[in-house]
Amino acid sequence: MSKYLVNLKINNMPVSVEEGTTILEAARKLNFRIPTLCNHPDLTVAGNCRVCVVEVKGSRLLAAACATPVSEGMEVFTNSEKVRVSRKHIVELLLSEHNADCTKCFKNGRCELQDLASEYRIGDHVFLDLVKPESKILDISSPSIVKDDSKCIRCQRCVRTCTELQGVSALGVVNKGDHQRISTFFNKPLHEVVCTNCGQCINRCPTGALTERNYIEEVWNAIYNPSKFVVVQTAPATRIALGEDLGIAVGERVTGKMVAALKKLGFSKVLDTDFTADLTIMEEGTELLTRLKKALVDKDESVVLPMMTSCSPGWIKFQEHMYPELLDNLSTCKSPQQMFGAVAKTYYADKINIKAQDMVVVSIMPCVAKKFECERPEMRDSGYQDVDYVLTTRELAMMIKQAGIDFDKLEDEHYDSILGESTGAAVIFGATGGVMEAALRTAYEIVTGREVPFTNLNIKPVRGMEGIKEASVKIKGVKPEWDFLEGVELNVAIAHGLANARALMEKVRTGEASYHFIEIMGCPGGCLGGGGQPIPTSPEIRKKRAEAIYAEDSEMIIRKSHENPEVAEIYQQFLGEPLGHKSHDLLHTHYKPRKRY
Amino acid sequence: MLTTEALVKELVEKNGRSRNSLMPILQGIVQKEHYLSEEALLSVAKELDLSAADVYGTASFYTFLDTVPRGKNIIRVCKTITCHMKGKDEVINALSNALKIKVGETTHDKKFTLLTANCLGWCHKGPVMLVNDEVYPDLTPQKALEIIEEYGKEAK
Ligand code: SF4
Ligand code: SF4
Ligand code: SF4
Ligand code: FES
Ligand code: FES
Repeated sequence: MSKYLVNLKINNMPVSVEEGTTILEAARKLNFRIPTLCNHPDLTVAGNCRVCVVEVKGSRLLAAACATPVSEGMEVFTNSEKVRVSRKHIVELLLSEHNADCTKCFKNGRCELQDLASEYRIGDHVFLDLVKPESKILDISSPSIVKDDSKCIRCQRCVRTCTELQGVSALGVVNKGDHQRISTFFNKPLHEVVCTNCGQCINRCPTGALTERNYIEEVWNAIYNPSKFVVVQTAPATRIALGEDLGIAVGERVTGKMVAALKKLGFSKVLDTDFTADLTIMEEGTELLTRLKKALVDKDESVVLPMMTSCSPGWIKFQEHMYPELLDNLSTCKSPQQMFGAVAKTYYADKINIKAQDMVVVSIMPCVAKKFECERPEMRDSGYQDVDYVLTTRELAMMIKQAGIDFDKLEDEHYDSILGESTGAAVIFGATGGVMEAALRTAYEIVTGREVPFTNLNIKPVRGMEGIKEASVKIKGVKPEWDFLEGVELNVAIAHGLANARALMEKVRTGEASYHFIEIMGCPGGCLGGGGQPIPTSPEIRKKRAEAIYAEDSEMIIRKSHENPEVAEIYQQFLGEPLGHKSHDLLHTHYKPRKRY
Repeated sequence: MLTTEALVKELVEKNGRSRNSLMPILQGIVQKEHYLSEEALLSVAKELDLSAADVYGTASFYTFLDTVPRGKNIIRVCKTITCHMKGKDEVINALSNALKIKVGETTHDKKFTLLTANCLGWCHKGPVMLVNDEVYPDLTPQKALEIIEEYGKEAK
């Protein structure tokens, strides 16, 4: 249905836009930028910060551009005297309640409020300083997230993120008027409540009120410590986004430069989580086929389907809080990050003759939930904490800047070996649908001896940004040992963003849909939209990152996990076989129910 | 007395499970238990399938939905300008001395909590106080003391 066009003028320039467009969007069309704070492209309109005010001819009051739809004949002024004075006052009022110690703030230089203050040259104290002592509440209980209420402007982007995108609502608005705060249930510390540590709120907080717990100093200390052997692993989605924080365009791949930078920073070995992503596929693919056999042939009632992926620690914690009755559906496979830690401090340490206690494993992750994951008590199967520190893509960018490295000028370098070899199947772990695609590429071939029946191995139905995707693959021409799968229609589903996961879980719980295998990623778009990725984020940015991921896959020489030679080697020399004894000890885990508040 | 969980179940049966039922359910709990405990808010969240933080946020918005333990009788003296000019301070002082608590506190025997409130709409007959749901206009310190003495007797 085509919509009516509305004609209006902005700063005396005529423009026609579809009915229902906001003044803000119409102004963008004419390249007039109106500042915003509470507005975000991923969220519903709140209209509470008022920095986007504009003058509409004939109206006494200023209008919030983000929340006011255009109308026929409207005349808007985005920079009249009245607008400018009010906007400046609004920023001054926000700052009068703000603990503006920018030089000590983690958001210094990357803060939307600071940008506005700088743009409007806020200098004198026009309004009284009203920072209340009781607002100085700092919550550092979570290993992933720091919440500093004295930096909060109550725009509620975090609340909308946690509810609309993540379906968690760990954060809410409490009290009213000048006592209003963003808080958890009964003001409990974040680590006690349903917060999944996904960090999506961090990605959308315009100020320093929500930031990641950073471990930059700890990692520098490890690097400078001569008695430590510091290995670093990089997650699939870091290589397609790191550049954004270092002056490179969105969607540009920087794999080789990232490796070069990590070597320059002084890590002893630069290795790849993609290697353990391939290992995950071997374990998880085998687990799926085993479960199918037990359920379909042996009629073993203790085996539950659908099996659900377990790579995303935000999703795991979500499930522990929200659907504890479905924990048996989760694959027992650890995430690739944790598989890496466990084999690094055993198999790899032995091979290179380093004692596990002298090894420090650092992860570069697009994720802040990984910081929580590495501290889980289950993640110590090497006898030590398997992964010592997790840095976000953003923290790595900061280290690169601190080291004075001119990132753009770096020559590409290669990952070290071993634990550095990977495939196209591993890199697509970074996009929603990627684990599913990688698993299908391998499982189908194990069962039939032939490649998946999709052009160039590209399983298009599981790709894309739709919230919940469904697909079926008909299995034909199986090898004799898999004859029970002949003709079986394998039903799979994929969800990204926990609100979508929740909708899918409701379907599973009520029995409305029956799937064999489900992939869930906690963050919108999958890891490429992770809570540790460069800020800002938006649907367009995530789309470009996804394109970069699939481009990386298509250029890899090996594109199926089971063909990774280092994976074959680790099974031959160390693990034995997928789901074998050693795998069980090092690569698999268990989950625990948690309270829902 | 009903357990909190049973009380919530009963109120949910009566008011329904939609988001709109949240307020009457919370009010119902306050009527029986004088305040909203963690346990109470958690069972409401569970029954209505709402997030606990959301339920807590709603409760914290309303002055009359307390989330800290309160006495059996809640005294709220109007603190807004008209009552202020008509002598609410004297009333508060008298109550505070008699009950040996400050504003915001609850007596040891849990019989009384002393609070202030914003304008109660009785300005023409100020100073005014509310004890539970009952309005008492035209107060003097003496009158206020007599009123709570009566409540003290009942609350045995
Ligand atoms: S949140 Fe922004 S404005 Fe506030 S102290 Fe930090 S950098 Fe400065
Ligand atoms: S924590 Fe950040 S996103 Fe949330 S209300 Fe405060 S400033 Fe806004
Ligand atoms: S980290 Fe995720 S779950 Fe936790 S408060 Fe933020 S958005 Fe909600
Ligand atoms: S951006 Fe429009 S009111 Fe906040
Ligand atoms: S000022 Fe006290 S009732 Fe209005």
